[in-house]
Amino acid sequence: MEITGNIATIGFGLAALGPGIGLGIMVAKTQEATARQPEVAGLLRTNMFIALAAIEALGLIGFAAGFVF
Amino acid sequence: MLFEGTAFELNRIILVRILSTVVLVTLFLVAARRARLVPGRGQNVAELALDFVRVNIAEEIIGKATARRYIPLLTTIFFAVLAMNITGVIPGLNIASSSLIGFPLVMAVIAFVAFIVVGIRSHGALGYLRTTLFPSGVPWPVYIILTPIELISTFILRPATLTIRLLVNMVAGHLLLVLCFAATHFLFFEAAGALKAIGVVTLAAGLAFTLFEIFIAALQAYIFTLLTAVYISISQEAH
Repeated sequence: MEITGNIATIGFGLAALGPGIGLGIMVAKTQEATARQPEVAGLLRTNMFIALAAIEALGLIGFAAGFVF
Repeated sequence: MLFEGTAFELNRIILVRILSTVVLVTLFLVAARRARLVPGRGQNVAELALDFVRVNIAEEIIGKATARRYIPLLTTIFFAVLAMNITGVIPGLNIASSSLIGFPLVMAVIAFVAFIVVGIRSHGALGYLRTTLFPSGVPWPVYIILTPIELISTFILRPATLTIRLLVNMVAGHLLLVLCFAATHFLFFEAAGALKAIGVVTLAAGLAFTLFEIFIAALQAYIFTLLTAVYISISQEAH
């Protein structure tokens, strides 16, 4: 079997790996912390969204790089 | 394209932008013009939305004492971004007006200017640079590494990621929807035999992603405003 095409096509898949793992860990830890201390759930959620913004930027840069380069 | 070849050339995204701006302004005018002490139904919804930005973003991040000054800015950013994003799922418009770089860039520049001005106001120009680039509490050799990182992350990466995050989210969402519905069209009308059945799956995926896009539109508006508030509160307090 022969596969043709540009190796760069799998770039976004690779770029999504890291942020995917990061998001998973982040959400899991937030759930854990909320279960332990439900009274700070609001603050934890806000912090989760700030971290989400930082993490997803990586994946999105991977997406944008496909258009730029 | 309208008025093609003139300086007032309008493409579809610009038209959608104008439309969503007009709708946003009209909604708030209607809600605010007949504002009473005991709110009616429309005013109730508007107050709920305004209160969300005020309590859940401004006061929670910046702090009750000083948040008041920044509420107009944060509210404007939130509702502008939300109105521009939500057009991506409105049938007939079908394109997020923030999916051209102009709008996210302007919003990011506003946020950028805002947090720098706040920093200069609270610490003075030199003081702001010092607290940003040379955070206290670390031994001096660390500054060799830390200062360039802080310089890049504060003055370049912050506005750049704000722009890219909003822009790419909207572009990617639009592409997802286009892929799903184009595949549905192809599978239903042009594919042979049993392949047609797969069209049901792509149609369902398209509808699911439409709901997902509504969520993303609100989430991105929230995140954009939240990060602006975080940046403002960081430059407000000394390290």
